Amino acid sequence: MRNSLLGLCLLSALAAPTHAAQPSPPTADDPRMEALETRIQALEANANSLSQQAAQAVAEARAARAELNALKGGAPVVAGQPDATAPTTDAAELDALAASPDEVAASAADSALAAPTGGDAGGSNANAFNPAISIILNGSYSHHSLDPDAYVRAGFPLAGEAGPSADGLSLGESELSFAANIDDKLYGQLTLAVESEDGEDHLGVEEAFIDTTSLPAGFSLRAGRFFSNIGYLNSHHAHTDNFFDRPLPYQAFLGSQYGDDGVQLRWVAPTALFLEFGGEVFRGQNFPSGGAQHDGVGTRTLFAHVGGELGDENSWLAGVSMLKTKAEGADDGFSGDGTLYIADGTWKWAPQGNFKDGGVTLRGEYFLDDRDGTFADPEDPSITSLWDGQRRGAYLEAVYRLNRTWDVGYRYDRLWADDNGPFASDFDPSRHSAELTWRNSEFSLLRLQLSHDQPNADDTDNAITLQYQTSLGAHGAHKF
Amino acid sequence: MKLFAIPALLLAAGLVSMPAQAKLKVFACEPEWGSLVGELAGDKVDVDVGTSALQDVHQIEAKPSLIAKVRSADLIVCTGAELEVGWLPQLIRQSGNAKIASGAGSFMAAAQVKTLEKPSALDRANGDVHPDGNPHIQMDPRRVLIVARTLDARLAQLDPANAAVYQQRLADFSKRWLAAMTRWKAQAASLKGRKVVVHHISWVYLWDWLGMQQIGALEPKPGVPPTSAHLSSLIALTKSSGTLAIVRAAYQDPKPAEWLSERTGVPAVSLPLTVGGDAQSKDLFGLFDSTISKLLGAAK
Repeated sequence: MRNSLLGLCLLSALAAPTHAAQPSPPTADDPRMEALETRIQALEANANSLSQQAAQAVAEARAARAELNALKGGAPVVAGQPDATAPTTDAAELDALAASPDEVAASAADSALAAPTGGDAGGSNANAFNPAISIILNGSYSHHSLDPDAYVRAGFPLAGEAGPSADGLSLGESELSFAANIDDKLYGQLTLAVESEDGEDHLGVEEAFIDTTSLPAGFSLRAGRFFSNIGYLNSHHAHTDNFFDRPLPYQAFLGSQYGDDGVQLRWVAPTALFLEFGGEVFRGQNFPSGGAQHDGVGTRTLFAHVGGELGDENSWLAGVSMLKTKAEGADDGFSGDGTLYIADGTWKWAPQGNFKDGGVTLRGEYFLDDRDGTFADPEDPSITSLWDGQRRGAYLEAVYRLNRTWDVGYRYDRLWADDNGPFASDFDPSRHSAELTWRNSEFSLLRLQLSHDQPNADDTDNAITLQYQTSLGAHGAHKF
Repeated sequence: MKLFAIPALLLAAGLVSMPAQAKLKVFACEPEWGSLVGELAGDKVDVDVGTSALQDVHQIEAKPSLIAKVRSADLIVCTGAELEVGWLPQLIRQSGNAKIASGAGSFMAAAQVKTLEKPSALDRANGDVHPDGNPHIQMDPRRVLIVARTLDARLAQLDPANAAVYQQRLADFSKRWLAAMTRWKAQAASLKGRKVVVHHISWVYLWDWLGMQQIGALEPKPGVPPTSAHLSSLIALTKSSGTLAIVRAAYQDPKPAEWLSERTGVPAVSLPLTVGGDAQSKDLFGLFDSTISKLLGAAK
């Protein structure tokens, strides 16, 4: 016992923080020892007075001494250590409920980042480290009053995946995604997309990137192929959208969604307000870029997002972004310097902050596209002209969530064409869309969308779309 | 040389005036763990609680304000067992905070205890099933005590300067908690063997502790909202079994429970489920005081 006391004094002298002021009783200054001594005394008194419980109390006192010895060695209290103060609850009962050390170790190794595989912990199952797999299955039926093949958008060529959906039944885009922690410093994700085009199936690598998980000071680095973090919708996968298709400015300026091979550096400020800054460099192969200029680092972006809440019920997120690219023979025939500016804002209100049970989401983005270069018709490269001008686009959407099952939304999107240059137009395309969504669970939905589109001065396209969308496999965690 | 003197002095002054060590910052996913950290650490740490008792923690959005809170945390204390699977991974990844991504800065309460209702087959046709078992462990005071012990050790590990304080506060909390458990068990003696219908399977650990029996749930499957057909099918069972109460959490829609109550005469009771769920549940002690008194109230 003297050795224990000596050890404890020594330990407390080493561990005693300078600012942890505490009263110093004459015998010792360590509250742990004091507490444990008191506990032992109480137990010993207990043992004396209750003779029929003496045996149990002595055992508990012994356990407390063991705890004291453990403290002497500096070992932390671990789960399942018998608690000497337990007068009514049997220590064994608590032991039986505590996770066994094996289970704790297994779950500690399984970081909150990776979705668990659901297999037995431990064991030598070769599949135990399989990544989280999730599959998005998607399909739609659309009917357009205007033949999609005859569709012309005044002032804006249909580059990338822009343009109306196909008439009739189609598979849309189905995705297969794998994600897992690679090791203690890296996380990886691969998303493959299956698309059907003119009866031919294409399997494409939509995203394939690694993320750092261990950079200090709120930095993170991403490398590989991924969707740029500019704007709001661009980094979101289409299956999290509130509408069947992307708004017009995304179609016109980013070919629906800009992704490329690149590197991203992101920093989150240590502030009470959410404040995120970042930049990316991309190869510059995909629309709105093209030709992988500057030796394959043809596109650069900068973005900043700020967000916060007003009470539990209101949340908001806003951002500004810029994409600068040098293009050579982009999908729309552009070669030269292009700059795209985006401002985005999202506001969500939900009673008591239960966003899945009701509330309103308002979102808008504004695009300004500036071109300085030349145009060569992709169909006939001999037709060339100067392309120097600005075009703009915007959308505003409101979605009202009635309950966990239903939501209804309206979106207005429009574009402002340039009155000079190769796509000069006096007419500005615009569109109204309304949607109604029914969710059977958080994993499946059925959506009806009606839209009234005026792509040019002469045509009107009224479309109706019925879409199903499901998610199976690992439970996804979605962005705000 | 004089040129450097002033900045050097300022720097020195700055270093001296800086606190020896900044307080440990803790992000608690749910109010019960925020309250437990408060019991164990008092004013030695700063606690941010991510959700309230009026929210369904299965279905939280990865809001910007939560990312900002996780960004500055040294320790996250969450339930785990996939309760937060829809939002916590997104918060961790977006915050870029390596301290809490894994290892000592990540504390999952359900991983510290044995869970109940671990499914033998994983199939979403059975609703929102959790492979690691039912995550609502906070309604068993025995498990809360186990979590308190391991959490206390974690606090001491991350903040050794205050280890003695954590140790002392744990001893104090354990003493008060064990005394309260004795009291609750005695108060609830008459509830033993009584039957309840629940909205969601949120109290399996409480029933296990008190020896009560759950005979049905308003949700046809976990996480699937109640349907009128399913509610109708519960009428006969609820009526014939001498059911004590139809129980829901503060955040759940009262209508299904009230509908069944009207048709069966069995009282509908709203239980707090976590700290802040009603006026009495100001801390973990109040949470159990309120829960047991409300169940006893239904028995009268």
